[in-house]
Amino acid sequence: MADLTLRVNGSERKVSVAPETPLLWVLRDTLELTGTKFGCGAGLCGACTVHVDGNPTRSCSTPVSQVAGKSVTTIEGLSSNGLHVLQSAWIAEEVPQCGYCQTGQIMSAAALLAKTPNPSDDQITQAMNGNLCRCGTYERIRKAIHRAAGNIAVGGGAR
Amino acid sequence: MSPLSRREFVAAGVAAGAGLVIGFYLPHGESKKELFSPNAYLRITPDNKVTIVVARSEMGQGVRTALPMILAEELEADWKQIEIEQAGASTLYGDQTTGGSASIRTTWDPMRKAGAAAREMLISAAALTWGVPRSSCTAESGRINHAASNRSLNYGELVSKAATLPIPTDVPLKQSKDYKIVGQRLPRVDSPGKVKGEAVFGIDHRVPGMKYAVLSRCPVIGGKVSSFDDKDSKKVSGVSYVGKIGDSAVAVVADSVWGAMEGRRVLNVTWDEGPNKELNTAAVLASLKSAPSKKPASLFSAGDPAKAPGRKISAEYNLPFMAHAPMEPGNCTAHFQGTKCELWAPTQVPQDCRDSVATAVGLDPDQVKVNVTLMGGGFGRRLEHDYAVEAALVSKAINAPVKVIWTREDDMRFSTYRPASLHQLSATLDGSGFPVALTHRIVAPSISGQKGQPTPGGVDPDLPDEAGPVYGIPNYSIDYAMTETPVPLGWMRSVYALQAAFALESFIDELAGATGKDPLQYRLHLLAKDQDLPYFTTTWKTARMRGVLQLAAEKAGWDKPLPASHFRGVACFGCFASYMAEVVEITMEGDQPKVHRMVAAVDCGQVVNPNILEQQIQGGIVYGLANALRAKITIEKGRVVQGNFDDYAPLRMDETPTVEVYAVPSQEAPTGIGEPSVPPVAPALCNAIYAATKKRIRALPILG
Repeated sequence: MADLTLRVNGSERKVSVAPETPLLWVLRDTLELTGTKFGCGAGLCGACTVHVDGNPTRSCSTPVSQVAGKSVTTIEGLSSNGLHVLQSAWIAEEVPQCGYCQTGQIMSAAALLAKTPNPSDDQITQAMNGNLCRCGTYERIRKAIHRAAGNIAVGGGAR
Repeated sequence: MSPLSRREFVAAGVAAGAGLVIGFYLPHGESKKELFSPNAYLRITPDNKVTIVVARSEMGQGVRTALPMILAEELEADWKQIEIEQAGASTLYGDQTTGGSASIRTTWDPMRKAGAAAREMLISAAALTWGVPRSSCTAESGRINHAASNRSLNYGELVSKAATLPIPTDVPLKQSKDYKIVGQRLPRVDSPGKVKGEAVFGIDHRVPGMKYAVLSRCPVIGGKVSSFDDKDSKKVSGVSYVGKIGDSAVAVVADSVWGAMEGRRVLNVTWDEGPNKELNTAAVLASLKSAPSKKPASLFSAGDPAKAPGRKISAEYNLPFMAHAPMEPGNCTAHFQGTKCELWAPTQVPQDCRDSVATAVGLDPDQVKVNVTLMGGGFGRRLEHDYAVEAALVSKAINAPVKVIWTREDDMRFSTYRPASLHQLSATLDGSGFPVALTHRIVAPSISGQKGQPTPGGVDPDLPDEAGPVYGIPNYSIDYAMTETPVPLGWMRSVYALQAAFALESFIDELAGATGKDPLQYRLHLLAKDQDLPYFTTTWKTARMRGVLQLAAEKAGWDKPLPASHFRGVACFGCFASYMAEVVEITMEGDQPKVHRMVAAVDCGQVVNPNILEQQIQGGIVYGLANALRAKITIEKGRVVQGNFDDYAPLRMDETPTVEVYAVPSQEAPTGIGEPSVPPVAPALCNAIYAATKKRIRALPILG
């Protein structure tokens, strides 16, 4: 066991866990932030995607010790005030079916838009291809990302 | 007089497939005199809160939105004031099994009647309050209005009076032309929670003091635990219990998921591998080829195919085992407390879980409470009760609440699987090249039969919904030869329809190809005459199949030229009482197809929510594409080989085509949409590949 101080969604959180524990389980079980999901445990599905210093990261394959001293953002902290422009776009385009993969999808999409505010279809595919959806919502995800990017371009304001 | 003494227990007639009883629901802690609850689906309180109960499980198919829409329509509710409540395992709603594309089909009548009865009582209450005739009052959007005197009351204001009135049993239902809610693209009620990460799935549920468990299960099908050594497991920080669960598994319990997983990693189990340790997929497929010689069960029979003269063509098709692979791996939370047991289960079968758990832990069913959570995909995997039984047994063993979690490898390897099957088709062609006779023999193990459920006349009970005739062919027989296998079997989205459609629609395409005819025109010729094809409880109508085929072809521009190196394929099939046609457009990249566009036409009767319909069709097509291209579960030495998404690879965004959905307008009672878009995908794709390469695919998956 190790005592670690994490910075999650802007707050300091002290945890006492085995240092090799994947960040995913520290978030879900220790910090009770269950918005980040377990899908495969092997970095193959993207359901566990969070941001570490702004970079999209598969938390199932990241030991918690590796993020000590870094800034971790989960879906719960994506927007400090109301809905993120992507979350609004996801609702407007009626993206979720079962919804289990969608927080990971949104986190991957948010990282994309932060670096590439008006992505092409190819850029969207490249950024999002690591996120699986068994309900088959990919086409609507693409539309929602374009919609969110469009909103940013016309001053909708990314949060 | 107490409101209760004037209430009557209203039993709904058992309509075909419905079997529901409208009973009474008295929620805890709410005063009876402040509540209007004429049936188990509905409560209205004086503060004008309208709560509708959903008695099916939400797995992404939209029942939490669509089913309340049906009741709200007849109730004449203001949709914005509706709150939704999920029913757990109950005795008030009949069979709560969610599957078979049947949620709307089986609740269409009961939900409408429930809403209409309440509406009529609210009208009566207003009429009595105002001293005016009932006929001068109208219900609209959550209010009763008396136009003549310009008076209006909302439903909450009428609750006390309405609760004293007798419940009518024969109420007028609205006509579809008057629908304001049904047929509208109302936003799904569950979307906001899901995008915020606030939606609670089974795997997210938390009970104070809860432990976590993972199970080590015998990797060989049908094997058992011989002995185990937990010395190293007990040294892992947080591990509190290691013990045998049932015959074939050992549970490791810890105060964290990771601790339990680490404890399991160092657990040593000696397995008694049992009778299947040499089983492999080749042996299973061989057993299909040498199917039992006893007479197969007839599913459909017209004319006498054996006697029809003409050119004979025959072909065999086969499909592998497949896995459901929902995004949320298996899990269940249970709290056994001696004389009661409570579960929080992502399940499609809350009542079956209740009954199986009761048997497993030695309680009566009414001592077991099953709460239904959201689930991250079902696809039929959660029709099994294994998660629930495991969680209950572990909770009983440790005398504490526990969440059992399956890893992705557990989910892939210890599941039930869509049966492998073999299909033998033959046709006799007339002088013009069209079949005057067609026979389709389905050779497959029976899912229900393996589970000990009845298979009357040797017919698996799923086949009546899934393997019906499509074309008007004068001599036409479909039959089923039941085999057996030790491989655990389960119902996977569209079940046997996926297989029957792949075989039939590939074969029809072969016939068209053999006679040099356009595959669309060939099918339309066989559907040209309006015919009824009675098949168990469904009467398939060639006119409706022709309708979807023509619609799909028109929207796909079948007669228009394609861009260079693009090819099309078409398939149509009926299942779960709905009609479906799909046209796919591909290019070939080497020997791999790239799917660009899918056009789907569906006839499913009255559409409750067009957005949800489109989601289901789009989603089913993506699911079907993954099945067609790569899905294959293989067995070696009695063990399932595949383990994660690297060797059982779902479709990703880069392989996903655009999907256009067109629904035939209809006021017929709604039929299924959760599954019908899946079966035509594989044959349409294989037919397009044939158009491109002249290579006929007779076995799935396409790529290996």
